[in-house]
This record gives sequence, C-alpha cells and structure tokens, in this order.
Amino acid sequence: MNGKPLVYLDSAATAQKPTVVLKALSDYYLKQNANIHRGVYRLSQESTVAFEKARVVVQQFIGARYAHEIVFTAGTTASINLVASSFGKKFVNKGDELLVSEMEHHSNILPWQVLCQERGAVLKVIPLKDKGELDKGELDLEAFKKLLGPKTKLLALTQVSNTLGTVNPVTEMIALAHAAGAAVLIDGAQAVPHMKVNVVAMDCDFYCFSGHKLYGPTGIGVLYGKEKWLKELPPYQVGGGTIKTVRFSGTEYAELPLKFEAGTPHIEGGIGLGVAIDYLNSVGLDLAGAYEQELLRYATEKLSAIGGLRIIGAAAYKAAVISFVVDGLHALDIGTILDQQGIAVRTGHHCTQPLMERFGISGTVRASFAFYNTFEEVDKLVDGVIKALKMLRS
Amino acid sequence: MKIKEIEEEIVEEFALFGEDWEGKYEHLIDLGKSLRIIADELKTEGRLIKGCQSKVWLQSELKNGRVFYTADSDAIITKGLVALIVRVLGDHSPQEIIEADMGFIDRIGLTAHLSPTRANGLLSMIKQMKMDALSLSLKSKV
Repeated sequence: MNGKPLVYLDSAATAQKPTVVLKALSDYYLKQNANIHRGVYRLSQESTVAFEKARVVVQQFIGARYAHEIVFTAGTTASINLVASSFGKKFVNKGDELLVSEMEHHSNILPWQVLCQERGAVLKVIPLKDKGELDKGELDLEAFKKLLGPKTKLLALTQVSNTLGTVNPVTEMIALAHAAGAAVLIDGAQAVPHMKVNVVAMDCDFYCFSGHKLYGPTGIGVLYGKEKWLKELPPYQVGGGTIKTVRFSGTEYAELPLKFEAGTPHIEGGIGLGVAIDYLNSVGLDLAGAYEQELLRYATEKLSAIGGLRIIGAAAYKAAVISFVVDGLHALDIGTILDQQGIAVRTGHHCTQPLMERFGISGTVRASFAFYNTFEEVDKLVDGVIKALKMLRS
Repeated sequence: MKIKEIEEEIVEEFALFGEDWEGKYEHLIDLGKSLRIIADELKTEGRLIKGCQSKVWLQSELKNGRVFYTADSDAIITKGLVALIVRVLGDHSPQEIIEADMGFIDRIGLTAHLSPTRANGLLSMIKQMKMDALSLSLKSKV
C-alpha cells in the first residue's frame, strides 16, 4: 500500500477474509447456485442444506438453544432496526422508556431514537463513570440501576465499545434489567470476533452481530432472539419466503426464522459466514483472543511512551481496540501520514459522536487488532506515529 | 498569473519531490503556514465547510473584480490543501475561478484527497469556493 507492505489495523471496521471463505463464495456460485427453500430439484435442495447448515454453525457458535432462533440479516445495523421496528410496534407505547448507553455506536442509538419519536417513548442514556483522574471509559452501574424502572421496556447495550474497547459487564446488567421487567438487546458486533459468547448463559433476549467483522462476507449478519420473543414479534419486512398461506382476506406467516427473512436471502453470505466461523473455531477463539490481548498490552505500553499521546479508554477489561489522541494534533493528520507509510487505521468519531462529546474531543486515531496481526506491525505503528508527530510538529 | 500558469508552477514544484512522499507532505504542511488566516470572529457555522472529520472555514470577498479568500482548518494537512487551492484560485475573476478544472491535483499525486468520501472534504472546499465566486459576481452586478 503506497509502495509499502500493508499494515492493516482496522479490523474493528471490517476483518480481512481467510481464503477458505473466498473459496466458499466462489464454490457456491460455481457449483451450488440455486434459490433456497423453493426448488424441488436437487441443486436447490443442496444450497438449502448448505444455508441451513450455516445457521446451525451460528447457533452453536453463540450457544443458542435452537437454530430457528437465528435470523439472517444484512448485518448488526439491520438486526437492530428489525428489533426496534417489530418490538416497538408490539410493546412500546407512549411514556415507555428505552435505555441505551453513552458509548453506543450510532447504529444502536438511531433506531431507538426514531422509535421513541414515533411511539412517544423516552430514550434514556446510561452515562460513563464520572470524570476522575483516571477517565477509564466504563459505564456507571449505579446510575444504570437508578435509570431502571417500571417504565423501562428495553435496554440496548453494546457488549464491547468499538471506540474504547471497553468490555461491559453485560451478564450483570442483563440480570438487573430483567429484574426491572425490561427486555435486553446486546450489540455483539465488536465482541464475537474476540471472545466466546454464550447467549443462554448471558440470558439476553436479542443478540446482534455482523459477518464481515467475523472474517466472513459483507452483507450478512445475525439476529439471535429468544424463541418466545421471535414468536411474539410481528414480521419486519414481508414478502416471498415469509408466509405459509396468502389470501387477500389475510395471510398466515411462516414459522421461525423464515418469518423474518423476506425475499431471497444472502445465501452465499450465510454459507461464507458458516465457513468463517468453522475457520475461527479451528484457530481457537480462546487462543486468538489471548494473543490479541498480548498485542493490545504491547501496543498500549509502546504508544503510552510517546510524549503528548493520550490513550482514550482504559477499562479494566478491553477488547483489542486502542484509541488515542495527541495534544494539539488532529487525528486526520496522523491518519494521513500513517496511510502514506502503508498503515491503515481509522480516524474520526467512529460513529460514536455522543462519546466523543463526553470526552471533549472531535475524534481519535483507532488501531484495532485481529489475530493475524503481529508484534512487528505494532512496532511499525509506533514508529509511524513517531514519524507523523515529527512531521506535523515541525 | 493565469490559473493554468499557477497550476503548472505547482506541478513543477511537486515534481521535484518525485516519489518522496515525506518531502511532498512537508511541503504541503509548509504551504499551510503561508495561508492568509480567516479572522477568528469570522469562524462561524455559516462559514464552515463540513468534511467528515476536519473543519475548514472559508471567507470570500470581491475586490476590484477579483475574489480573495481567507481560510483556516483545524487539521494541518487539510490546511495545506486549502492553501494550495487558494493559491490557484485566489486573486482571479469569478469567471476564471468557475471555469478552473483543477486538473493539477491529479498531476501532483494528491488525487486520493479528491474522492467524495475523503474525510478532508477537499471536493466540497473547491465547490464552495466556486459557489462563493459565482454569488459574489452576481451580487456585484445587482
């Protein structure tokens, strides 16, 4: 990249794909392409089996009880929009309260904001802990408890902050929300690539993530919902595939999960995601996660030693994401000079503007790691930043 | 000097750096230091050109039939890019500014900054400068 070997440190935006996933995509089109759940011919049945097999792989990956609790969507954002729409229609009324946190991605704020405007409900925000000498970027659980009440219908919370890396104590927070009678949606987009997730142990009502951050294709994502919820919710988009019988006098909808999968789904995406998860399982998520923690520790130590550089987010539990600012310099300038050195990082507000406001900054430079990154790449990042600062401060 | 001549001058200037990206960017950063800075009280919402990440403030005025710009940015490289554009377009007639094709940006290897998704909003900057030139020339004819 720019004449240098690429150092890719933006896996929190999207991960690079293993060749087995690429092969699965081309194999699908070369050997299996047929619409699913429809044809009586063998090819269609084979592609249906492959797609449904991927659903089982996802089910096992997050420890869901049933495969029909796994709905394929276009991604985390689509999953959240689905729940906001369907759950909102049925369960959210005037004066009800929804809870999100200050560190949410815009995709886990806007669907709820729109829902609140439509239904006359109120969106409440769990703040970060008070700014102290150590502004760690962790949620204020005491404030959270006070915000929970009889009017709280739903808590929508990220498991891992895409900007700070903070790992939230979701299991504890879900239990508290349930005790108050609220349902809980967890945004797991930044969690599933880095740590084992078990939705039953966690006891969330909904769990969302994207395929492309999990080494899979773009355009495919997952919504897990507890069976009882998915049965109760009305369909989101309707059309082919979602029905049992259609008459002009009324329509009977299909069983789960097809009720929520209108139209021809992203067949090769689902299959590719299944292959990506198989691949990650073969690497070992525990091993990958532990290695990423080593990279994070090393990068934190080396970057902290640079004068004027401040790391944003110092939670006790962090995923492999490191955000920083440098006194007097714009993140965009640093990112531009890093790009010239072949180092890909993200700069800006990372779709978390309320969080930036909370920290009183306009943006950060963010490096995020996957298990394919190396310690040498961290060294290149650190050298690259030092060079950028030298050029920009001259 | 005509816009085309200034463009040629800049292309020659940047050609000296060849493949030396550091030299090129250092030169850009230096150019930023020569920018005529917009007065602080003029840095209002209305004069802000929104790129996705960096801010650019632009003030345009017409003197003796020519447009003069002052500007600033909160990012150093963006400021250099602004200075470069102001050097090309500033002190010309509205008509010349509107007709400038800005092809030199491609020739000095900074095209990447022109893509519409690019965070520094160079494209919206040029568009704003042309729109200002147009509106100033229309106002002067009223």
